[in-house]
Amino acid sequence: MRKLHHFHGGVHPPTNKTQSTQTPIAPAAMPQRLVIALHQHAGGNASRPAVQVGDHVLKGQIIGLPEGRFSSTVHASTSGTVTAIDRQPVLHPSGLPDLCVTIEPDGKDEWIERRGVDYREMHHTDLRQHLRMSGIVGLGGAVFPSDLKLYADKRKIKTLVLNGAECEPFITCDDMLMRERADQIVLGAEIMQALLYAEEVVIGIEDNKPEAIAAMQRAIIAGNYQNMEVVAVPTIYPGGGAKQLIRVLTGIEVPHGVRTTEMGAQCFNVGTAYSVYHAVTLGEPLVSRIVTVTGNVEHPQNFEALLGIPVTELVAQAGNKPDSNGYIMGGPMMGVAIPSAEAGISKATNCIIASSPALFPPAPPALPCIRCIRCAEVCPADLQPQELFWFTKAKELGKAQEYHLFDCIECGACSYVCPSHIPLVQYYRFAKSEIWAHEREKDAADIARERHEFRQERLERDKRERAEKLAQKERAAAAAKAAAAAKAAATPEPATTADPASAPAETAKAADPAQAMIQAAIERARAQAAKVKPKNIENLTPAQQAKIAEIEARRAKIREIARPDAGQDEEQ
Amino acid sequence: MWSSPFILKPSSVSGIMLRVLLALLPAVALYVWYYGPAILVSMTLASVTALSVEAVMLKLRDRPLKPFLSDNTALLTAWLLALSIPPLAPWWLVVVGTAFAISIAKHLYGGTGNNPFNPAMVGYAVLIISFPVQMTHWLSPIDLSQASLSFGEQLQYIFSGSLPSGTGFDAVTMATPLDTLKTQLHLHRAVAQIMQMPIYGHLAGKGSEMVALGFLIGGIYLLAARIITWHIPLAFFGGLLFTAEFFHLFNATHYASPMFHAVSGASVIGAFFILTDPVTSPTTPKGRLIFAAGAGFLTYIIRVFGAYPDGIAFATLLMNICVPLIDAWTQPRVFGRKKDDQP
Repeated sequence: MRKLHHFHGGVHPPTNKTQSTQTPIAPAAMPQRLVIALHQHAGGNASRPAVQVGDHVLKGQIIGLPEGRFSSTVHASTSGTVTAIDRQPVLHPSGLPDLCVTIEPDGKDEWIERRGVDYREMHHTDLRQHLRMSGIVGLGGAVFPSDLKLYADKRKIKTLVLNGAECEPFITCDDMLMRERADQIVLGAEIMQALLYAEEVVIGIEDNKPEAIAAMQRAIIAGNYQNMEVVAVPTIYPGGGAKQLIRVLTGIEVPHGVRTTEMGAQCFNVGTAYSVYHAVTLGEPLVSRIVTVTGNVEHPQNFEALLGIPVTELVAQAGNKPDSNGYIMGGPMMGVAIPSAEAGISKATNCIIASSPALFPPAPPALPCIRCIRCAEVCPADLQPQELFWFTKAKELGKAQEYHLFDCIECGACSYVCPSHIPLVQYYRFAKSEIWAHEREKDAADIARERHEFRQERLERDKRERAEKLAQKERAAAAAKAAAAAKAAATPEPATTADPASAPAETAKAADPAQAMIQAAIERARAQAAKVKPKNIENLTPAQQAKIAEIEARRAKIREIARPDAGQDEEQ
Repeated sequence: MWSSPFILKPSSVSGIMLRVLLALLPAVALYVWYYGPAILVSMTLASVTALSVEAVMLKLRDRPLKPFLSDNTALLTAWLLALSIPPLAPWWLVVVGTAFAISIAKHLYGGTGNNPFNPAMVGYAVLIISFPVQMTHWLSPIDLSQASLSFGEQLQYIFSGSLPSGTGFDAVTMATPLDTLKTQLHLHRAVAQIMQMPIYGHLAGKGSEMVALGFLIGGIYLLAARIITWHIPLAFFGGLLFTAEFFHLFNATHYASPMFHAVSGASVIGAFFILTDPVTSPTTPKGRLIFAAGAGFLTYIIRVFGAYPDGIAFATLLMNICVPLIDAWTQPRVFGRKKDDQP
C-alpha cells in the first residue's frame, strides 16, 4: 500500500456530481455549424490557418498548423465545408473575439485516412512530433501542448502521475471516461510512460469515485501492467491540482516556477492519456472531448462533443431550463463565466454549468476582513491570504510579492470560506496583473533608457571623433608652418620647431593643400550661413529702411552710453 | 465582473459572532445564579450603549448601518466588557466604558477588522485607571453577603446610587478574591491562611470560580465549533501556569498556587474569549502561541507585582502591540519552498 502524503488546507464544497453520472456518455448531436477556435492551447501563438473559405475538409484534416514552439495543431471535427475564417467569440474570460474556422458539416462525418503507429517502433522525437500534429494538449483544462511535457530530460522522471482526481464540484467527465473507457486510458498511459522513461505510473482518483477506481483497476489487471497502480486519494478540493496530487501521491512538493519534471514527476489528465492512445495507435487526431453539461438543465449528463459545437447547442441537448442566466466553463471553484454562449467548445471545455440565481446566488456584499484566517487554514499553498488581501488593498504590491503572491494557484478555497464574503481571488488576480503590467512598463522603460544611453554614447563618440580630426588638422597645420619656417631659415633651430618629430617631410609637403582645403571649407561654411540667414530685412521700402537706420542709430547711442568704461572716460 | 469561485460556504461574520455570544451564556447563567440578576442589567446597558454608539459612529464615518450593526461585533464587545466590570456598578460606569471602547478603540481605528487593540479591554483599562474605586468593589456572592439585595434594590442602586436604608455598601460588596489575596499578603499572612477565608471556594473565589467554569464550558464549545483554535488558550494557560509554578515553588507561602491563578479573575474568559479576538491576535499558529504565552506571563507579573488586582486587560493590550511584529516573524513556510525563501 502506497503511503499517502498531505497537503495543507483544502475545502469540502458540495460535490454535485451524482446528477450527471446517471446516464452513460452520449454522443452530442451534429450541430448546424462548428466554430473551431485556432487558439486552443495554453500560451504561445494561435495556430496558422491551413484551409481557405470554401474548402471541403474531412474529419481530422488539419485546419490550423502550429506556429512556433508553444503551439499546437487544430483539426476539422467533422467533414464539411469551411464557410468562414474570421474573428468569433471564443471561450476565454476576456470576452475578446479570436480567429476561428467555421465549418458547415456535410453530415457524412467522413474521416481522413487514419494511420495508427506502433509507438515501440517509432523514434521518440517523431512520436512527439506525431502528437503535436495530432493536436494533443492537456485536457484537464490547462491545454498545455502535451508533446512538450512528454520529454524526459536525462531520464530523471520516476513517476508518471495520471490525474483522475477531478476534485471540482459538478464535473464528471473524467469519472465517466474512466468508468467507460479505462482500457484506452491505460493504453495511452503506457505510451506516455515509454516517452518519459518513467519507472511507474500512479493513477490518482478521489475516493468518491469507486466505480472509476474499480474500472481502472480492472483495466490494469487485464493489461497485466506491472508498474501501474490506481491510488484512491482523499476527496478534498483542490486535491486534483497537479501539484497537490503529486504531493499526495509522491510526497514531492513542486515550488512555484519549478517544472515538475525537475522534481522527478510528471502529471497528465486521464483524458489526455485517452487522446494520446487515439492519436498514436488509432491515428485519430483530437477532434472531440467529453464534456459534462450540468447545473440548471433537465438532464445533466456527459457528452462526447465535437470541438467547435456551440455552447448553446450542447446545453440545449441536455434540456436547458428557461431561467438559466449564464454559463460557466469548468467547475464552480475555478471555472470562468462564458462571455458568449455562441462560442464553440474547445479542448479546455471539460464542463459547462448552466447557472441560475437559485444555483449560484450572488455573493452578499463584502464586509471588512476580521483576520479570522479561515482562508489561511484552507490555503493549499500555505499562504496567508488575509495578508495578501491587505497588501493588495493597500496597493503594496511589492509586499504582496514578498508574501509569495505568485505561489497562489487561484483555487478559490479562501474566497469560498471567507465569512466576510471578500472576493479574495479577484484581489490576487488584480494584483498579479498589476505587477505584470508594471513589469512590462518597466521593460519598455528599460529599452527606452538603453536606446537613450546608446544615442548619448553615439553623440559623444561623434564629438570625440570630430575633436580628434580637428586636432589632427591643427597638428598638420602647425607642422606645415614649422616646415615653412625651417625652409625660410637656412639653419633651422630645433627649439623654434613646434614638434619636429611629429612633422615629417610628407606632412610639410601636404601643408599647402591642407591649408587650401581649410580655406575652402571656411568659404563653404560662410556660404551656408548666408543661405540660412533670416531674410526679413530684404526688399524693404525706403521708409522702412530709414526707420531701421533710425533705430540702429538709437541703439548705437545706448550702447555707447552703456559701455562701462565710457562714463569713466568722461569723468577723467 | 462575475468570476470564480461561484459558490460560497454558508458562513458569515454575524453568525460567528452570534455563536461567540451564545458561548457566553453558560457563564452568564452561573453569574446570575451566584450573584443575582444585576449582571443582566449591566449587559443590557452595555448592549444598548454599544449599538447606539456604533450607529452614531457609522453615520459619522458615512458607512452603511445595516451590515455593520447586524454583524454582532459591537454586541460582543459590550458583553465582554460588562462581564469584566463589577455588576453592581453605577450605570454611567458601564456606559462610559462601552462608549469609549466602541467610539475610540474601534471606530477611530477604522471599525470592524481594523482596530489594533481589543476594544473591550481598552474600555476596561480606561475605567480602571479613571474610576478605581467603583471598579474594585464587586458584588458579593449571594450566600456570602451579610445583606442581600432584591432585583429592584439592585436596579435602584445602579441607576440612582442609593441603597435601602440600613444597608451599607460594604455589606453587599467585597474586594475580589485576587484583590483580597493581595491586601492580605501585604499584611504578611501566608497564602494557605488566606485561602481559609470564607470568600474562597475550592480553587479560587467562591462564586467566581463557578463563573469561570461557565466560561470554560463556552470555550470548549468554541473549540469544538472551530471558531477558535487551541493555540491561544493552551499557550495562555501555559504561560500563566509556568510562571505561577515557578514562583510558587520558590515560595509557596507568599505566592498562590498555579491553579488559583488559572481560575481567578478574568483568566478563563481571557483565554477563550478575549485573547482569541481574531482582529487583535496574530494570524499564524506559531504567532498565536507566542502571543498568548506572553499574555499569560504578563498577566501573572501584573497581578502579583503590579498595582492592579488583575492583569488580563493590560497583558492583552501589551501583547496587542506586538501582533504585527509577531506576524511578520512567524510567517509559515510556503508550499514547495524552503523557510525564508524569497520569491
